[in-house]
Amino acid sequence: MNDLLISLVLILVKLGLILGVVLTMAAYLVLAERKILGRMQLRYGPNRIGPGGMLQPLCDVIKLLTKEDFVPGRADKWIFLFAPGLTALAALLSFAVVPFSPPLALFGREIPMVVCDLNIGLLYIFGLSSLAVYGVVLGGWASNSKYSLLGAMRGLAQLVSYELALGLALVPVVMSAKSFSLNAIVMAQADWPNLLRHPLAFIIFMISITAESKRTPFDMPEAENEIVAGYHTEYSGMRFGLFFVGEYINLVVIGAMTTVFFLGGWHGPFLPPVVWFILKVLFVAFLFIWARGSMPRPRYDQLMHFGWKVLIPLALLNVVVSGAISLAMNS
Amino acid sequence: MTTALFYILGIILLAATLMCITRRNPVHAVIYLVAGFFALALMFYLLGAPLVAAWEVIVYAGAIMVLFLFIIMMLGLAPQEVPEGPGWQRWLPLALLSASLMACTLLLILEDPAAGQKVGGFYLAPQALGEALFGRYAMAVEMVSFQLLFATIGAYLLGRPLPKGEDQ
Amino acid sequence: MNLWRDIKGTLQPFWITLGYLFKKPVTIQYPEEKRTPPPRYRARIVLTRNPDGSERCVACQLCSAACPVNCISMQAAEDADGRRYAAWFRINFSRCIFCGLCTEACPTMAIQTTPDYEICNRDVLKLVHEKDDLLVDGCGKDTEYNFYEHSGIGVVNGRGGNEDEYGPVDPKSLMP
Ligand code: SF4
Ligand code: SF4
Repeated sequence: MNDLLISLVLILVKLGLILGVVLTMAAYLVLAERKILGRMQLRYGPNRIGPGGMLQPLCDVIKLLTKEDFVPGRADKWIFLFAPGLTALAALLSFAVVPFSPPLALFGREIPMVVCDLNIGLLYIFGLSSLAVYGVVLGGWASNSKYSLLGAMRGLAQLVSYELALGLALVPVVMSAKSFSLNAIVMAQADWPNLLRHPLAFIIFMISITAESKRTPFDMPEAENEIVAGYHTEYSGMRFGLFFVGEYINLVVIGAMTTVFFLGGWHGPFLPPVVWFILKVLFVAFLFIWARGSMPRPRYDQLMHFGWKVLIPLALLNVVVSGAISLAMNS
Repeated sequence: MTTALFYILGIILLAATLMCITRRNPVHAVIYLVAGFFALALMFYLLGAPLVAAWEVIVYAGAIMVLFLFIIMMLGLAPQEVPEGPGWQRWLPLALLSASLMACTLLLILEDPAAGQKVGGFYLAPQALGEALFGRYAMAVEMVSFQLLFATIGAYLLGRPLPKGEDQ
Repeated sequence: MNLWRDIKGTLQPFWITLGYLFKKPVTIQYPEEKRTPPPRYRARIVLTRNPDGSERCVACQLCSAACPVNCISMQAAEDADGRRYAAWFRINFSRCIFCGLCTEACPTMAIQTTPDYEICNRDVLKLVHEKDDLLVDGCGKDTEYNFYEHSGIGVVNGRGGNEDEYGPVDPKSLMP
C-alpha cells in the first residue's frame, strides 16, 4: 500500500511538472513563432509588453479570458462548448508516455522519467492524435456555419489520410527498436539516431506530421484566405484560445515525438539528458516555424493527391525495403 | 474485481450502443458509438490485450467513426432544427457513461499502477500477437488482405473517370 | 528535370527566409522613432491666412460640400465692406478621412492639409476642432496667393482694380 501511494504521488508530481513545462513552452512558442516569423519578414514581431515582448503571452491570455464567450444561435450548443477542450486535452495527454530523460535514481528507488511507460506507447500517441480529429470535426460541425463545416471536413479528410502515412513512416522505427514503448525506442538509438538509419522515413514523418497538426503549409482546415478561419470561425474568447493553445501544445508534442522517434531522444554528449531533450524539441519547433515562414499553401486536392498517391506508396516501399535490410543484417 | 469491472463495462457498452441507435441526430449517435468503443477498448485491455485495445481506439474510434462523420457531413444528414429542452438533459446519459468509464479506468489503474500488465492472468504482448497473426494464422491474414486489395481495386474501377464519349 | 526543380523550389525558400532572419528589420519603431512625412502628406487640416495676415476663408461652403463624410460645418457672415468670412468653422476629425478633397475644392487656398499626423485623442470631443484651433498664422503651401487680389469684385479693390482684370466696359459707348 505504501509503495502504491509513493508511486501515485510520483506520478502526480511528474504530471504537474510536465503540465507546467509544456504549458509554459506552448505559451512562449506562440511568442517565439510570432517573433521568428516577424524577423523572417523583416519586422520585429511583438516587442512592446515587458522586455522584448516577454509578457505578451500573459496579455494574450488576459485578452482571451475577458472576451465574450459567444455561442452562435443555431449551434449545437453542448458539442460546441466541449469541442475545443477535446483538442487541447488530446494534445496534453500525449505527454504521458514521452520519456524525457533516462531513469533517475532517487532515495534508492529507480524513477523512470516518464509518467507512464506503456508498452504500446506509440499506439497510445496514435490513438490520441486520431481522437484529436474529433475536436476539429465536432467543433466545426456544431458551429452550424458553412465555413466551419468546410474547415471541419477538410480537417477530417486530411487528418485521416495523413495518419496512414504517419503510421507507415514509424514502422521502420518500431522495427529497429523491436518495441512500441517510447522508452525502448529511445534506448535503441543510443549509438546513432534513427534519422541516419531511416532518412526517408524521417522525411515522410515530417511531411505527414505537418499535415496531421494542421500547420502551414498544410493548414487547409483553417485557410484564412479561403474559409475565414475554418473550423474555429465561430469561436471566440477562451474557447478559441483552447484551440489555439492546443495547436501549440501539439507543436511541443510533435517536437517531442520527432525527438523520440528520430533524433535520439535524450541521448547527446556533454549536456544533461533533459537539456538535450528540450533543445531537440525546441529545434524541431523551430523547423516548423521556419516552414511556416517559407512555404505557400498548396491546393486542397493537391494535398490529397500527394498524400494518397505519393506519400503512402513511398512509405509502404520504405517499410518493405527497411524490413528487408534489417532481415538481411540479422541473418 | 476484474469480473465485476468486466460486467460493468459490458453494461456501459450496451447502454452506449442503445443510446446510439435511438438518437435522431446521426452526429450524436456517432458520439455515443465512440463512447461505446472506449468501453470496448477497456474491455480488451481488461482481457489482457492492450494492443487490441489500442487498435480499437485508433481504427474504430479514430478512423472509421471519423469517416462516418465525413459522410454525414458531406450528405448533410444532420437535422437542422435545434432540439427542444435544456442541453444537460440531452447529454446527461453521455456524461454518466463517460463518468463511469473514467471510474473504471481509475479502478484499473489502482488495481495495478505499473501499466496493468497482469490483469486477468493472461497477457497478450504485442510480439505474441504479431507472431500469432503472421505465423499461425498467416493464411487467414493473407486471405483477408487479398479481399481488401480486391475491394480497393474494385472501388478504383467503379470510381475511375469514364473515357471520353462514353456515358453511364 | 521536374523532380529536381520541385525539390529546389521547396528548399530554396527555406534558405531565403533563413537569410532574412539575420537581416535588420525595416520596421520603424513608432513612438521612439518617427518618420518625417513628405510635405504634401494629408493629415491635420488648418485654415491659413493671406500674405497680409487676414483670414483667407470666405465661407463659401465648397469644402463642406466636397467632403465625402460631411465633417466640415460653418456659419457664413459678412463684414461691413461686403467681405465674407466664417463666423464659426468646425471640422470633426473623428470623422475626417483625410482625403484632401476639401483642399482641392477651396477657391481661396484657405483650407490646407499638414503633415502633422499625431492627433489621436482618447476624448472624442477633443477631436472636434473649432475655428480657433484650425486657424494658423501663415500662408501654408502658397505664400503669394490672395484671393481678393484676383476676384471678389468691389470688395477690396475697386472694379477692375485687380491685377489680371479689365476695367468695366461702358456698354453704351460704341468705341472699341
Ligand atoms: S480631408 Fe476629406 S474628409 Fe477630411 S475634411 Fe477634407 S474633405 Fe472632409
Ligand atoms: S475653407 Fe475654402 S472652401 Fe471652405 S468655406 Fe472657406 S473658402 Fe470656402
